[in-house]
Amino acid sequence: MKPAPFAYKKARSLDEAVALLGEHKDARLLAGGQSLIATLNMRLSAPSLLIDINGLSGLDGITAKEGMVEIGALVRHVQAERSEIIAKLVPLIARAMPHIGHAAIRNRGTLGGSIAFADPAAELPACLMALDGEVEATGPKGKRTIKAQDFFKGLFETALGPQELLTAIRIPAATKDTRVGFAELARRHGDYAIVGLAASAQGDGKGLKDVRLSFFGTGDTPSRARKAETALESGDIDAAVAALDLEPHDDVQAPAKVKKHLAGVLLRRVAKQLMEART
Amino acid sequence: MSDLGIDISLTVNGEQVSERVEPRQTLVDFLRDNLGLTGSHVGCEHGVCGACTVRVDGAIVRGCLMLAVQCAGSQVETIEGLSDSGEVADLQAAFEQRNALQCGFCTPGMIATAQDLLAGGGVPSRDEIREHISGNYCRCTGYHAIVDAVEAVALQRAGAAK
Repeated sequence: MKPAPFAYKKARSLDEAVALLGEHKDARLLAGGQSLIATLNMRLSAPSLLIDINGLSGLDGITAKEGMVEIGALVRHVQAERSEIIAKLVPLIARAMPHIGHAAIRNRGTLGGSIAFADPAAELPACLMALDGEVEATGPKGKRTIKAQDFFKGLFETALGPQELLTAIRIPAATKDTRVGFAELARRHGDYAIVGLAASAQGDGKGLKDVRLSFFGTGDTPSRARKAETALESGDIDAAVAALDLEPHDDVQAPAKVKKHLAGVLLRRVAKQLMEART
Repeated sequence: MSDLGIDISLTVNGEQVSERVEPRQTLVDFLRDNLGLTGSHVGCEHGVCGACTVRVDGAIVRGCLMLAVQCAGSQVETIEGLSDSGEVADLQAAFEQRNALQCGFCTPGMIATAQDLLAGGGVPSRDEIREHISGNYCRCTGYHAIVDAVEAVALQRAGAAK
């Protein structure tokens, strides 16, 4: 299908983008467009105006400072995939990257766009949750920071206000004790997950602490499985699988029962990754 | 044309093009309908099938997930350009020799995607080839011959480079 008609404006500054969002209540921001244009083509969305933010400067950097890694909203997946800072300091995202779409999609799609779109089956929102990251939002009153756990509100719904843009994400940099794990099941490599799991933990002697299991494709938002986290901290993978506190819904990909089973399969794989010492 | 039209200038296969387009027109529709470059195919129109793969400023993209207005000032290359320049001549020959297609609808996208992989240099493993073309899988399951063809060209180019 073809999109319904809309107007197009290339924003020249962040202030202009914010102002345009204020003037046009049903406008949508165009970043990488790899989800948005698909929804426009399918007429699932029909905004009157697209505000193209691709030309905005200062939003495409990856920087490490004061124990945090900041990723600008317009950093494209391919840039993150090739970044030494990401490989070294945000290894979970480095692991997730090959699962996100395909090369042609990763050449355009942005990290900020993926997180702001908040698809429940997408990898990056779950990574942000697993890493206890945060989002920088810019609006008429300036900038504010929103923790990942407060950001994902529901199906494709975030804490961003109607006149706010996601301008950066920030993630605590990995230390020598940081362990990460990632696994996903999809019908075809690069497709949205049937179920996926992004996880982080801190190595503690031979064990693990601060385990964060963030499942995706299992609910309206990325879902932490806290009972399973506690079980894993005591080193018992079987108990963690038995304790798996997830209530997936049926969807087009699989029934809830299958998803729950697959979540257990992924948990075993990811637990093994977490327990392997970092090299 | 509605009053939403926007004038754009871009380079397509080395030639300067100036057209007035509606913002809602995707790049692949622009290439096919306005410029008659029908080698890029329109399949799923939501980024899944890869039949519309083209190169924008050197990087492969989905022609259905970019708008023509976004390409103002860009260098766009389609399968016609890649073919005419001879850049993919060896891939085309290998696909033909191995009958690496069934209906052929995916072939322009497959060639553009394979060229993207091989342009990185080296000889990718069969797994890497499969992963790279995974965004171009369609329905026919005729992929063994495609992987064979891409692998053969990778080996051939690596041999020629020595």
